[in-house]
Amino acid sequence: MADETQRVYALVRSSEQELLDRWVDVAAASLQGRLMRSELERACGDLLAALTPALDAAGLNIRADAYASARALLAEMSRDRARRGFSPSETATDVFALKEALFAIADARGEAVETVVAVSRWVDALGLYTFEVVAKAREQVITEQAEQLLELTTPVVKLWEGVVAVPLIGTLDSARTQVVMEKLLQTLIDTGSEHAIIDITGVPAVDTEVAQHLLKTVVAARLMGAECTISGIRPQIAQTIVALGIEFGDIPTKATLAAALLHALRNSGVEVVRRRRTGAG
Amino acid sequence: MDRVPILSLGDVLLVSMQVDLQDESVVALQEDLAERIVDSGASGVVIDISAVEIVDSFIGRMFATIASLSKVLDAETVVVGMRPAVAITLVELGLSLQGVRTALDLERGLAALRQRRAERGIPLSDESDEADEAVEAPAAAGD
Repeated sequence: MADETQRVYALVRSSEQELLDRWVDVAAASLQGRLMRSELERACGDLLAALTPALDAAGLNIRADAYASARALLAEMSRDRARRGFSPSETATDVFALKEALFAIADARGEAVETVVAVSRWVDALGLYTFEVVAKAREQVITEQAEQLLELTTPVVKLWEGVVAVPLIGTLDSARTQVVMEKLLQTLIDTGSEHAIIDITGVPAVDTEVAQHLLKTVVAARLMGAECTISGIRPQIAQTIVALGIEFGDIPTKATLAAALLHALRNSGVEVVRRRRTGAG
Repeated sequence: MDRVPILSLGDVLLVSMQVDLQDESVVALQEDLAERIVDSGASGVVIDISAVEIVDSFIGRMFATIASLSKVLDAETVVVGMRPAVAITLVELGLSLQGVRTALDLERGLAALRQRRAERGIPLSDESDEADEAVEAPAAAGD
């Protein structure tokens, strides 16, 4: 194995400029002019300059410490390409182009099959690493967005002194219910509100599980001493609730947020009256 | 074992729980409270749990037990200042504390007791007579 490493290293070192030219040629052909040749030359040159000493120090194991700077360059390249709209396979093809260049040189020097296999394995590992980086970067973006969505879709708004509302948008699951519940209860404490309205206009469907989550939130609010109303029940949702036999018990339910607000206001002793126009009388 | 102090506020008994509760102190509290209600003839009990951060099913049931116990002795119980985390825990434990009145804070709890008394036509002794008569009057007229 050490022997192979030595030969791969010799192969890379023997004609660095030729190797770089061939690499850039193959990579440029696959990218079809979507990237400036000078830019590609610089990227490949940097990468080769980082790879050569690493190959000398740590051999073919690209996870070794000596490969740190080469890995950083690869990661940087993958992220940059991903941002510019290149697919992960296009980025990996760039790296795999090194294989083709090395094969050509190995062929010219009449290298043994073992060396070619070692080169192939080494470049494959590098190419796969770029894939990994791209996948990881995407996963991170997805996680961040999911968290943002969770935050975005659960605002608690104050409608009146002592009346707060949570307009729920999207499907309710255990994780979201937990967030909604915590936020609502904390707001009740912070604002000293005795009335809470949970508006489910934006909830696409209500099944027994969602109803269970809603009930839990209402009971928790009650335990803290606040009255909770469920509003925004659309006709189809009402039919589903009845068909499923969901019991809301003594929890007040209203068709619209306006009705729920009026209910909350009346309960807290506020009377809403329409002012008579002076001219009309 | 720490005994939970029971304070007297007019004819309302105030139980202020300042520490996380042990099972023995909870049992002791039930006994103490029953005695105090009988001794003082209190008409209301306010349990302030705003400092309690951890509850289990035993303590959860304690609230319901105290409420029923007070009810037998003709005193209304209000649990005040429950923290969100405690409320969520009780719900997850399946304890909805049916029959226990709750309020956001001590002030609202006392107000709720006062209103309840007014509805039943029994004035709180620590209220000024004028205020009580004002509240009582409509109820009397209604009869």
